[in-house]
Amino acid sequence: MTAPPGDGEPPVTTDSGIPVAPVYTAADLAGGLEALQERLGQPGQPPFTRGPYASMYRGQLWTMRQFAGFGSPEETNARFRFLLGQGQTALSVAFDLPTQLGYDSGHDMARGEVGRVGVAIDTADDMADLFAGLPLDKLSVNFTINATAPIILATFLVAAERQGVRPDALTGTLQNDILKEFLARKAYVFPPAPSMRLTADVVEYASGTLPRFNPISVTGYHAREAGCSAVQELGLTMASAIAYCQVLTARGLAFDRFAPRLSFHFATTLDLFEEVAKLRAARRLWHSIATERFGASDPASARLRFFSGNSGTTMTSQQPLNNLIRSTVQCLGAVLGGAQSIHVMGYDEAFEIPSEEAVTLSLRTQQIIALETGVTRTADPLAGSFFVEHLTDEMEARAREVLAEVEDLGGAVAAIERGVPQRWITEEAYRTEQRLASGELPKVGVNVHVTSEETREMELFQPGPGVEERQVDRTRRRCAARDASAWSQAMRRLEQDTAGGANVMPALVAAARAGATVGEMSEVFRRAFGEFREPSPW
Amino acid sequence: MRAPRLVLAKPGLDGHDRGIKVIAMALRDAGSEVIYLGLRASPAQIAAAAAAEDADAVGISVLSGAHLPLAGQVLQALRAAGVSAPLAVGGTIPPGDADALRRLGVAEVFPVGTPLPDAVRGMLALTGAEAAAL
Repeated sequence: MTAPPGDGEPPVTTDSGIPVAPVYTAADLAGGLEALQERLGQPGQPPFTRGPYASMYRGQLWTMRQFAGFGSPEETNARFRFLLGQGQTALSVAFDLPTQLGYDSGHDMARGEVGRVGVAIDTADDMADLFAGLPLDKLSVNFTINATAPIILATFLVAAERQGVRPDALTGTLQNDILKEFLARKAYVFPPAPSMRLTADVVEYASGTLPRFNPISVTGYHAREAGCSAVQELGLTMASAIAYCQVLTARGLAFDRFAPRLSFHFATTLDLFEEVAKLRAARRLWHSIATERFGASDPASARLRFFSGNSGTTMTSQQPLNNLIRSTVQCLGAVLGGAQSIHVMGYDEAFEIPSEEAVTLSLRTQQIIALETGVTRTADPLAGSFFVEHLTDEMEARAREVLAEVEDLGGAVAAIERGVPQRWITEEAYRTEQRLASGELPKVGVNVHVTSEETREMELFQPGPGVEERQVDRTRRRCAARDASAWSQAMRRLEQDTAGGANVMPALVAAARAGATVGEMSEVFRRAFGEFREPSPW
Repeated sequence: MRAPRLVLAKPGLDGHDRGIKVIAMALRDAGSEVIYLGLRASPAQIAAAAAAEDADAVGISVLSGAHLPLAGQVLQALRAAGVSAPLAVGGTIPPGDADALRRLGVAEVFPVGTPLPDAVRGMLALTGAEAAAL
């Protein structure tokens, strides 16, 4: 029920363009209360609209997981210890760009980038140093790594092995969502088809070896950060999830064997009710896809669990302390939407790697919402709100339309190869900038309530002096010290398995154990698969 | 008078391309011809494109923090290719680094938070064109 706009007044809508009426009543519940009850179910019960678990936060709070990584493995290890000392409950690793793109620290392409936006990892030894003194059987670890995800997982398994931790004890999440790299995040290396094979190799391997580990996090977050709407974020995420499941089931892997370990990752931005509606709709939509398309019989296969990241693009470099208030609202939205783990942006994130002060405040934001506001006392507290239920229905219906458009293009992989959803994202980003420039979209400190205060002096993170040289030198020494015949035998096996189509994970683990570098293992894939260039955005 | 011609690119490994694509679209709407080279463009590729396209200005965007070494390499490549078009740099650039970039020979710096119309006007001014449409 949408009120017609008055003369000359623009219609009132959510951020993604869903019309909003001045007031909602019981008459807005499609099909009445009984039909609503069916669309909701109970928390922990299909279709999981109200949350993946019956007791939700009364049973267990969400995981507070601040993303961290910079410089050398030792420096990041120190930041991890600091965060754990402040009450953080799990770890999340940021890698530098050379590691994300499969270059060793000594490669020409790595010059100036080593340790800059994350930690530099060249070998399993580096991974062991990263977690020195941190028990991997007790800490859940999240890895933001995609194009080189199988390689980084292999180095992690070797690091755990050296701690005496068995793979079946490991918990955490490997992002391993290559489609959103093509869509938005852009740290891709190989073309889509072989990339999908590598992703599937990891998920298949984990389904037998890593029963408590999430081998993929299907992610809408980056498409949203790159500019798309909440509706597009949801539709594109589901399109990617379907593409992965199709590749895996085409290998003969039963859906129920891998689907319970699939995890998701969404942005939570500032349009509070729309975001909560999106997260609730995501669970219902995934339940429908898992049961109707893939014939899930295990309820856990249709139970969507997600990590929420606050949006960096809502942060402003003007009046940066305002970002604390923005991230508080976003964190609240993620909690009301039923997140399993949350990252809160640092207030200084518009211009730097968060300072220790900023990252502590992010963690405190989560702790205050968890412990002082009472929002954790009952599951899905906004259920039954005429407005939120209406928005949840709208989000689901509109995301299905986006999904249908992608499927008309031949599915996520074909659509991305043609560059179509990438174009949608850029067009939406441009519209948002135009609305900001015209003042139609208010942004405090940017186009309204602007002050003439000097912009705060930024201290952009610089890797410590000599980080790059020391890392290059250490890797060179480690390579010189390895058993050459074990190394060449392991590399030969990796080449054979890559060419022959076998699952690459066992060969990668053996190569990492034999001291092969991230760059050497990536080079095997580069030679076999080639590299991807994005089609023109216009 | 011909439309202003601009070569835009992202050097280095950083993939944050929202800003540069939005600016490319706005510059097109303002009547310029934009040649966007995409991600991981090498300094030599940028210089070669600027020469081949007879660019009036070149713009690069860096959000990884590596703007100083990358801008230096691009300037060097432009000079080596005999391109005299001015270079603009956008991204996460602190005020102190903006001065350092200008000392290197960068003509304009657009740090995060620059309003879109200002960035478009600034780029067009580098080409000597009027931004009448804005």
